[in-house]
Formats: sequence, structure tokens, C-alpha cells
Amino acid sequence: MIFDVAIIGAGVVGCAVSYYLSQYELKTALLERENDVAMGASRANTAIIHGGYDPVPGTWMARLNVEGMRRCFELCEELDVECRKTGSYVIALEDEQTETLKILLEQGVANGCEGLEIIDGDACRAREPHLTEDVAAALWVPESGVINPWEFALAMAEVAVRNGVSFMPNTRVCDIAWEGDHYVIGAADTRESFEPLDRDAEPYAAAGSARGTGEQPTTGGERGKTMIRARYLINAAGVESDTIHNMVAPPSFEIVPTRGEYYLLDRTVGPLVKSVIFACPSAAGKGVTFSPTIHDNFLVGPNAEVIDDRDDTAVTRAALDDIARKACRMVPDFNPRTSIRNFAGVRANSTCGDFVIGKAAENFLDLAAIKSPGLTCAPAIARAALDILREDGWLSERKADWRGGRRVVRFKEIPEEERAAFVRDHPLYGRVICRCETITEGEIVASMKREIPPVSIDGVKRRAGTGMGRCQGGFCGPRVLGIIARESGRDPLSIEEDGAGSRVLVSETKKAVRRE
Amino acid sequence: MRDHYQLIVIGGGPAGLGAAFSARRGGLDHILIVERDVELGGILNQCIHNGFGLHYFGEELTGPEYAGRLIDRLAGLGIDILCDAMALEIMPGEQEHSLRLVSADAGYRLVTCEAVVLAMGCRERTRGAIQIPGTRAAGIFTAGTAQRYVNIEGCMVGRRVIILGSGDIGLIMARRMTLEGAEVLACVELLPYSGGLTRNIVQCLQDFNIPLFLSHTITKIEGKDRVKRVTVQQVDENFRPIDGTEMYYDVDTVLLSVGLIPENELSRAAGVEIDPKTSGPVVYENRETSIPGIFACGNVLHVHDLVDFVTEESESAGEAAAAYVLRRSDTDKVRGRDEDHTGKSGDPRQASCFSLVPDQTIAYTVPQRIRPACVDNVVRVYFRVKAPYKTPKQIVFRDGERRIVASFRRPYMAPGEMEHVVLKRALLDGVRGDHLTVSVEEIS
Repeated sequence: MIFDVAIIGAGVVGCAVSYYLSQYELKTALLERENDVAMGASRANTAIIHGGYDPVPGTWMARLNVEGMRRCFELCEELDVECRKTGSYVIALEDEQTETLKILLEQGVANGCEGLEIIDGDACRAREPHLTEDVAAALWVPESGVINPWEFALAMAEVAVRNGVSFMPNTRVCDIAWEGDHYVIGAADTRESFEPLDRDAEPYAAAGSARGTGEQPTTGGERGKTMIRARYLINAAGVESDTIHNMVAPPSFEIVPTRGEYYLLDRTVGPLVKSVIFACPSAAGKGVTFSPTIHDNFLVGPNAEVIDDRDDTAVTRAALDDIARKACRMVPDFNPRTSIRNFAGVRANSTCGDFVIGKAAENFLDLAAIKSPGLTCAPAIARAALDILREDGWLSERKADWRGGRRVVRFKEIPEEERAAFVRDHPLYGRVICRCETITEGEIVASMKREIPPVSIDGVKRRAGTGMGRCQGGFCGPRVLGIIARESGRDPLSIEEDGAGSRVLVSETKKAVRRE
Repeated sequence: MRDHYQLIVIGGGPAGLGAAFSARRGGLDHILIVERDVELGGILNQCIHNGFGLHYFGEELTGPEYAGRLIDRLAGLGIDILCDAMALEIMPGEQEHSLRLVSADAGYRLVTCEAVVLAMGCRERTRGAIQIPGTRAAGIFTAGTAQRYVNIEGCMVGRRVIILGSGDIGLIMARRMTLEGAEVLACVELLPYSGGLTRNIVQCLQDFNIPLFLSHTITKIEGKDRVKRVTVQQVDENFRPIDGTEMYYDVDTVLLSVGLIPENELSRAAGVEIDPKTSGPVVYENRETSIPGIFACGNVLHVHDLVDFVTEESESAGEAAAAYVLRRSDTDKVRGRDEDHTGKSGDPRQASCFSLVPDQTIAYTVPQRIRPACVDNVVRVYFRVKAPYKTPKQIVFRDGERRIVASFRRPYMAPGEMEHVVLKRALLDGVRGDHLTVSVEEIS
């Protein structure tokens, strides 16, 4: 079969495109090299819906930000994605930074932001009492907010799949060829490059000795390679979007992978900030952000470090120390010891400096080099993509039977007076599995029955919210693993923590031997 | 199940089991134990090694055996037990306290009670809390999580293992993983001394030739999908890694045993005063917290080294909870009469009180407050020292006028081993001022 459209990359941009495309009579495929949606920068970012004052007017980023922001909030409402309009402040710590705030305000007005206002330091501290006394002034951005970024991507993809889009995880694009009227994508199964589950392993085998029998070749050749055919390709490959572009068109931009590291703070630190707090951008860089999350934790970061390996999401002592120092300048009560997790994401910055949006070849559309504010812009980027497809005559017919919308039951959100009846009717919602975040077995099982079921412990985490809290899955991890195995009929030993190959368990323990 | 109990015990581990037993013995008829797991016993169920019970039962038991004894003691006592259930919220009240409970079987319900015993235990510190640089590959477990996989689920978590932190669970898991056929390459401890029991260092590391590197830490974890390699470095006195001391270990598993934190989210939300030194509630001599009728015992109060002491402590908390409930019902009967506010028969809230103040040599004390009038004969004070002492020292209690109230000799002390001393009522009556300072001093 030949797909009409293949979207390469199921990050937030690819998912947004699939969501809108699913409304049309098209055979669409959503290709992803990882085992789930939103596995790259879409899940490791500051989780902010940006206000739109930051991009330089005239850029794609500036044109799409405000539209994207408004669409984000609308979609979150429609798809029951957690988000909150917190507003944000850009804080100036010295008087000369106050000049920068004026420039940002002008940019914001040019970009269509509403309600921007510069307030003095005292007024800002009155609203955010944990901020440093050095705040001279602040730009208030009332329309911005925070979002659950992976749920946002997932929700859009779920609706797409419900309406016929084929989601193809573990599919790494190796090469692309044009065959007159369609593209042929040579794709490898990402899982093939990982060691198969070794059922016969000797528990006694000394480390380093041969595991199992026979040599298992890893992919290199054509093993496991499949052909996917599609008339139209959309490149939403994030940090690899230049690689995909170069398979089809002459190089025109290059990704400059830029890592950002973060602290996630436990909510028991109390209400440190109510709104998102940005440092004032300066010659020294953008500075770190101090941001509440939709789960009432706090994100602190990121730094920006250009790296070679695009998959290198390791955190480093130097960057974490640097972030801590900068964060203390903004919020003196910040204490790195209240951290419950550190993580890093790799931004798809590029030599172009802006998003790369446009046709690069016949029936080949780049939605490439999407960096901040890419999460916010994603629905607007998708809208822009659809405009281009429409111009090319691909969007003639809307699906009559398209089914939108999405509802998620979250135990914590069930009104007090309805809980008893709900648990009586749905007993699994009475069994708390993640005790830090009060997530019930009902929510986990429901997440496994949706359009794109989770395959890993972190897949459940991104859907149901288990393991997000202070014990980081120490308590619920084994239980979630058991539920995944039970619900999907899989061997517990095959279940992964996160991506392909990240298996949690290695073998069974010794067995008792009955002597005759 | 009833809608109202005299006492609700939150947690069915050793602390909760001990408290419920002694409260029943103390005269309460309506007691409920709420346990989140499917069976009673708490973390003891996964501690299949021996070494439990030497103090309390006078014989050496495994964890499940110890739990079994505590559970068997409850048989036939008419104590209600709700397993596979979670206490979501405690709402303290003047007349009675209310709890929101949820379970698949019993549903979502509001239950009231006169007294509560907090016995929720503790949880493990995680990687995020100590910020180990590197990737977020699979194969990084807290020691207790690994212990659950191995001992309860029957699954191995790795084949080549390094252990960060020398807490007791990490030491126990070093031996356990070795016995299961894994290779444990090293145990790495940031501090210049171990936080674990000496007997565990001997029996779990030395007996298996597993090296213990003090003043070392893991400075990098590598591996995209599963851990592949870690870097270990020596640290200076400020815990900063020293360049040039790097050691590399090719491992697929990192076990973390970097501390335990009392699990007090429920207590905090209820408004119970928390001691930052223990991360547990501030308690009086009878383990009553800052909220009348709410008691605490076991690892939710402070992290114990031996379960035997948990049982001791929980029994006094249970007894005190029973006395509290019965005293209230007596007071109801005699309401309107003059009461004696000074002796044990009166309301202990009215009695005079002093605080125990640890100086810089002592990590914490439990209890933190003592009302001499409420002490029958003696009060046990538990504490940990902040640094190891290999030569004899004395523990000195001084009152507000710097007078020595009591002192106790110890041949050696270590932070990993919880210490306790017994203060007699007669000594307490002589305390002047509102506090007693506790310190480690040279023997004069």
C-alpha cells in the first residue's frame, strides 16, 4: 500500500500535524524511531506555553507563537490535557536590563501579544515574594502558561490514531528514494539493534562471559528493514531533521544540537513561584527559568551547551552547578537538595536561527529545526503545514465521521462528593499504586486501553503520572511493571523502563531444586 | 468495618503492628489498621535475611518471621485490618479526628476516630535527591526497590553491580545479589565512615571480598539504554571529586543506598509539627505529636537501625494512645469536676515540659520534648551521633543552668548505630529551665 502522507517524527510537531491531517480523507502514517511519541525534546523541555514577546518579529517563531499559544490552550481544553494559564514574568535585575524589557514589550506587541505590562520590582515581589530583592522591574505576560508537554503530544496522536492514522513506533528512517509518484522510505526496526531477551542465561554466569548461545548479529545490513511508501513526506524529525532533509534535498541548514539540563523540585518546597519566571536575556545568554509545573512541582533550568552527540541527554555536574548558581540569583530560597530528578533535553537549534518551514523538494515538506518556542508553536506549525498541503491540493475532502475530543479520569480530580460512588462502580480506582502522586490502578489500566498503549514503565508515567513524585517510582515501579505485564500479556522480563533496550530485569532468580 | 474507631493505626508494618497490639492490651476495643500492601508486615516481608529479633524476641529471626510473630499476636484480638488500602488524608478535629481512606474492596470512605498512630515508615532517597551526573539509563535502582524485585517478584535486576552508599539495605543487597550469582564490584561511600551497622559491613561485604571505598562517590553514569559504565572518584573533605582518582567500572546496575526519609506527607498535610533534624514529627515522651491524639512511632518518626527498637517504641506509642482515649472517656464522665492538672491523672497537655536540644555532636533525639509529670518511671531517649567515636566518650545531658543532669559512658559510637539512654523520673524532676542539652563529651 502507499500512504498519502508520511510524517517522520512523532514529537509534538509530528503529533500536531497528524491530529489535523486525521480530519481529512488521507491515508497517513506517523513514523517514530523510539517506542513512543514525544521521546525527544518534546518530553524534555521547560513545559511552558510561551507568550510570544521573545522571537524577533518577522521570523516564523514570531508569526506562529501567539497563534500557537491560543491553539494550545484550546486543544488542551478539547483533549483534556493538563495546562494552566499562570502568566510569566521576565525579571530585570539591574536598571540597564529594564531597557531590554522595553524592547521585549515592543517585540511582543509587534507579534500580537496582549496584556503585556512592565511593572516595578516591588509590584513584582508583592506578587512573587520569593523573588530576589534585586528585581528592578519585570515584564508581565498574562497569556502564557504551563502544560504537560508529553500528554499534549500524546493526546493529539491518540485522536489521530482513532481516526485512522497509522502510528509506527520503533521505525528508524535509513534512506528515502523518489519513485516517480511516491517516496520509498527504507526503515529499520530500532529494536533490532538491541540484544534479544536471553531466556537461557545462566544466573551464575560470571559477568562478561558469554550470555546465551550463538552470536546475535546486530543490524547493519538489511535485516529487519522494511519499505514504507508515501506520496508526500513531512519532515518533523526534530534533532535529526537535517539528516532527513538531506536524504531528499541538498543541504540547506544544519542542526546544532544544544543540550539543556534541569532540576525538578519536589512540591513540598512550597509555593516558590506562582508564575513562570524568566531571567532577562542578555549578552551572556537567555539565563535560566524558574517555573511551576502543572503538578505543582518546579522546573529549574535549562543551560545551553552545544554537543556533538544528538542523543546525549546525560546531565553534568558543571551544568547543574551553573544552573543552581543562576537560579539562586533569581530565587534565593532555591535549594538543589529539594530536587527529585535531573534531566536533559537536546534542542534542535540550527544554523538557520529560525524554524525551517517549507517545501524542500517535490512533495517534501520540512517542519525542521523546531526549537523553543516549538512546543507552543506546534499547533500553529501544523496549521501552516496544512495550508501548504491545501495549496498543493491534498486536502480536498474532510472526514465526515471524524471523532475528536478526549477525556481522562484522574482520581485526584474527581470531586470529593462523587468519589465514593465512582470507586464503588470502578474498584480499580480505589487502589492507589503511585502513592506520591495518588495515581490509581484504574488510571494505569485505562491508559493501557487507549489508542496508543504504553509499552514501558515511563510510558505509563507519561500517561498516568505514576512515578512523577518524590520517590521517582521506587515504590510503584515494580507494581507498574507487573500491571503492564498482566494487561499486555507480556513477559515481565521483557518490559522496559523507557526506550527500546532499557530492560529493567535481566533474569529470574535461582529456583529451588527438589531432590529426589 | 465501622465508621468510628477508638484508634486508627496507619501502616501495618512492625510499628503499626506493635502499636495496635499494645493499644488493645491497654484496653481499647475498636482498633483499625490500614495497610497499603495486600498483606501485613511492611518492609519486613522483603527482608528475607536473618538478624532480626535478637533484642526483642531473644532469638535470631528473618524479616518475614519477625513480622509473622507480630501478626500472630494480633490473632483473635478483634482488631480490624484493612489491607490494600490507602489513607489519603487525616483531618484533625477537636472532638475526634477524621480519615479519608480508599481501597478497591472497601471503597472510598470517611472514618472517624479518637486517636491516630502514624506508622507509615520511610522511603529511600533517590538519585534525583543526590544529583548523580550521567544518563538516565535503566539499571539504576534504590536498594529497597531492587530488594523487592529480587525477593518478592523473583527477578534479578542485574549481573554486574556497584553500590553507592553504605546504608544497611545496600549492604544487605550486596550479599543478596552475590548469592544470586551477580558480581558486586564495589560499595562506594561518600563519607569517611559507613552509615551501616558494623555487623553488616563484616557479614555482607568483608565476607564476600567486596571492597568498600570510603570518601568516594560515583561521578558519572554512562549507557544510553542500560547502564554500561560508572566512574568512581575519591572526594576531598568538602565532598568534591579529586581529579586523577578516577576508577571505571563496567557494570549494568547501580544500587543506591543513600539514606532513608520518614514518609510524612500525611502528617505534614494534617499540620503535625515536623523536626527538620529527623524529618519526622516532633514528639513528647509518650510519642504524641504536636496534635493531641495523634501519635507516631517507627521509621515515620526517625529511621531506626534495628526493628526490635521499632517494636519497643511502637508499644509505648500504642499504650499512650490507649491511655489517651481512655482518659478522654473518663474525663467525659467526670466533666465539671475539678481536675488535677499536674499529675498523671490530669491532662498531660497542661503539664510543664522541657525540650531536648542536641548540640553539634548529636544528629537528633527522640523524643524531642519531655513532660516529667507524665513519665512513669523512666523515659528512653534515642539518638544518633553525627561522627564516629572509636574511643570511649560520654553522653552528657545539661539543663538550662548548664548543670549536668545525667551522663552515660559509651565505649564507641557510630552514626550508623542508633543509641539510647534511660533517664529516670527522679532526674527529670530536678531539671531547671526549659531545655536539656545533649552532647558527646570527653570523659573527665
